[in-house]
Amino acid sequence: MKISDFIGAREEKIKGLLKDIKKRDKDINAFLTLLENPEIPEGPYSGVPIAIKDNITTEGIRTTCGSKILENFIPPYNATVIEKLRKAGFVVIGKTNMDEFAMGSTTENSAFFPTKNPRDTERVPGGSSGGSAAAVAAGMVPVALGSDTGGSIRQPAALTGVFGFKPTYGVVSRYGLVAYASSLDQIGPLATTVEDIATVMDVISGKDEKDSTTSDVKLNFRGFKDIEISGRNAVIVKEMMEYEGLDSEVAKSFEEFVKTLEKMGVSVRRVSLPTIKYSIATYYIVAPAEVSSNLARFDGIRYGLRVSGENLKELYLKTRNAGFGEEVKRRILLGTFTLSAAYYDAYFEKAQKVRRKISEEMYEVLEDNDYMISPTSPIVAPKIGEKTDPLSLYLMDFYTIPANLAGIPAINIPFGEVRGLPVGMQIMGGRFSDASVLALAWKVEKAMG
Amino acid sequence: MGKYKPVIGLEIHVQLSTRTKLFCSCSADVFNSAPNTHICPVCTGQPGALPVTNEEAIEYAVKAAYAMNFKVHEYSRFDRKNYFYPDLPKGYQITQYFHPIATNGYLELDVDGKKKKVRLRRLHVEEDAGKMIHEGDSMSAKSFVDYNRSGVPLIEIVTEPDIESPKEARLFLEKLRSIVRYIGISSGDMEKGALRCDANISVVDEESGRSSNRVEVKNMNSFKFVERALEYEYSRIVNAMKNGENVPQETRGWITRDKRTISMRSKEEESDYRYFPEPDIPPVVISKEKLEYIRRSLPELPDEKKKRFMDEYGLPEYDASVITSDKDLADLYEMTVKITGKPKETSNWFMTELLRMMNEKGVDDVENLKVTPQHFKEIFDLIDSGRVTKNMAKEVFREVFETGKSPSEVVRNKGLEVVTDEARIKEILLEAMKRNPKAVEQYRSGKQGVIGYFIGQVMKATGGKADPKVVQKVFQGIIKN
Repeated sequence: MKISDFIGAREEKIKGLLKDIKKRDKDINAFLTLLENPEIPEGPYSGVPIAIKDNITTEGIRTTCGSKILENFIPPYNATVIEKLRKAGFVVIGKTNMDEFAMGSTTENSAFFPTKNPRDTERVPGGSSGGSAAAVAAGMVPVALGSDTGGSIRQPAALTGVFGFKPTYGVVSRYGLVAYASSLDQIGPLATTVEDIATVMDVISGKDEKDSTTSDVKLNFRGFKDIEISGRNAVIVKEMMEYEGLDSEVAKSFEEFVKTLEKMGVSVRRVSLPTIKYSIATYYIVAPAEVSSNLARFDGIRYGLRVSGENLKELYLKTRNAGFGEEVKRRILLGTFTLSAAYYDAYFEKAQKVRRKISEEMYEVLEDNDYMISPTSPIVAPKIGEKTDPLSLYLMDFYTIPANLAGIPAINIPFGEVRGLPVGMQIMGGRFSDASVLALAWKVEKAMG
Repeated sequence: MGKYKPVIGLEIHVQLSTRTKLFCSCSADVFNSAPNTHICPVCTGQPGALPVTNEEAIEYAVKAAYAMNFKVHEYSRFDRKNYFYPDLPKGYQITQYFHPIATNGYLELDVDGKKKKVRLRRLHVEEDAGKMIHEGDSMSAKSFVDYNRSGVPLIEIVTEPDIESPKEARLFLEKLRSIVRYIGISSGDMEKGALRCDANISVVDEESGRSSNRVEVKNMNSFKFVERALEYEYSRIVNAMKNGENVPQETRGWITRDKRTISMRSKEEESDYRYFPEPDIPPVVISKEKLEYIRRSLPELPDEKKKRFMDEYGLPEYDASVITSDKDLADLYEMTVKITGKPKETSNWFMTELLRMMNEKGVDDVENLKVTPQHFKEIFDLIDSGRVTKNMAKEVFREVFETGKSPSEVVRNKGLEVVTDEARIKEILLEAMKRNPKAVEQYRSGKQGVIGYFIGQVMKATGGKADPKVVQKVFQGIIKN
């Protein structure tokens, strides 16, 4: 399913699609909210349906973040990306399931229900943008928006066999994205073709006065196909390939991927980035610290769930205890601990320093080289309920987290199958080389036929 | 204060009078507005909303910093201060903790004629919280939150513990308010909450060198109460020290009604605010050129103006400092001098009549005065031409102050004009002399003082409107003939 299939679609076609989704989603559970009568705005892409991850605010449309605490929350305003999509004519047809507040790698942390992988409904679709990935992979929508803090777009894209792109930090406005970890979060598209990824990026990117972390660097998403690939070079990070959790068959696929690139005239070599192995440790200090602060606003006072108590403190405790799930609570506690005065220097401050070091190492390599490549996920989609201990789930993000720490663009390219399940490869580039990353992904897409 | 010396430091919050709030485009002018009428997704902490820094607020802070002799930093940053309270919609306050916009300033005070420097540790920018409104008694109590004030820009100024008496604390605040008003960044109204002050006080026993714990005092909503609360705390701590009791480190609140402070929370109950850099806002970077531009565009400050008034108008230091303590008053003075050409006389009238009337009638704001420079000019002219006496002029001024009518109109309406009609005065005098020939005899025999009796008689007959000089002249004329 592609964007071009829908340009100019009117009510009848959209209604038909919704009816179809309603039926098929019974087996997938990609959507938390499906609209009955979505607005079809005018614009160059009028009629093109898009699914939105449920942590992006939609005025008048319930936005739950996959959490009990926002189960009935109807935002009073649209996220900037929603405004931009509407102006371009896109039809927001529904909100997709996700791990609660985007914390998770399987969408099993949704407070409502797990989403199933359309390629094998016994398996998870990855996460946290599992609903968006599943909706695209199942052919319910041509494109969907997700958010990516440590791999939440790319990893589910890999596990369901679609393209998923995390832009350079600051390319897409976060205004209206319910914050998980503000310094890492970035909205991006999932689609079945690189061209559709580029189309959505062209619509949603750009400086936003409402988000002061957006950049005014102009990126050429329309002309990405003209970017010359031959003669470019890519690096493989030694420490990434030495990761013991890497499935040997995924590793074999990766070798194929390298060969494909080389055939296109891209030279590939290995480099060592000694600090990159601390990415997960760093991420799990930085992200929870921000979580502990970002999620403080869910206190039962102004919106969302409220469980009354004898006094204010009890209201806070009861509301937050009933409203948040286990993983969210775990990260709030972790972050509260690492930010406390006694541990700030030892944990948060140190993690900030390591983050800078990891980023600098990556920037340096990406100055002399165009791309950095790796598998997107060390494993293929696990079965629902298969992975339960938090640590093994955290380790699934080993390949995706570095791009968030450094704020660089990264894409998942579906690259064949392993044991009948989709496997994905990742291309990263230097900051603001987003169009160039798409250009290489597009060449690979074409090469695969 | 004997051998027990108070050591006082202040933390002052000044609400900036910018057009919009610190991180959104809601109006910052929220005083007296209906609850929750100046709010948006940003200042009510809606999920997904993001702060965008108001550059005007940063400029105001830089102005304040330069006016208080701070070192202003080209690089500063916002941080989050995390705590839960219903009036804090995001669960954190955006403030500057690690890298404030300015450090190391000072203000100079006049304490009983002596100069005194109070060092200022830091000045930073932060957002205000909303307001809780409680209704009903404890059984049926209801609480509401008004977010109008949420996100209004503040600067916080922290002093070093250089203040050595409650009176100095008040003088410091008066000076600070005068400055923020001079540079036009805040109304400085403590009663309206545009200026708020918390104080830290400890007491050192200078004989033994022992020092008490530090006590923080809050909830003082006027300069007078700051002074009173600190006086109260000082004696409370001294008494405890004299009795060998421990003074616990705690936060206390001033209760105006009871004229005392009560314990609010102990040190153990203090929160860990878990400060960390605000990831939603890039660092505040201001170029050297911009800083220099702001510094140079500062208006003349109270101390500079005072010095100029002494040099230019020949005013004594005390008068100069009183008149320049309020910029509007100083401006009124200068405009008046410009048209009267009488700096000394103008200052005398300001120092006595004008300030007394303002005090008496409770007029705080020079802007609300009905008296104009032209009025002063007219009054001076009336005196100079002998149409009214100085005492009558004061009466005229009072009327002008209250009604805004022109002095000549007041003179006309009240019939206050001096009786200069010599024929009329002569008539009265002759009458009086006839009634009391004995007094005339006394005068003739050299008792010059008797003239006072006759002047008195004329004043009585004219209702005090005769010019004594003229009376004297006429009297002597009669005697000579």
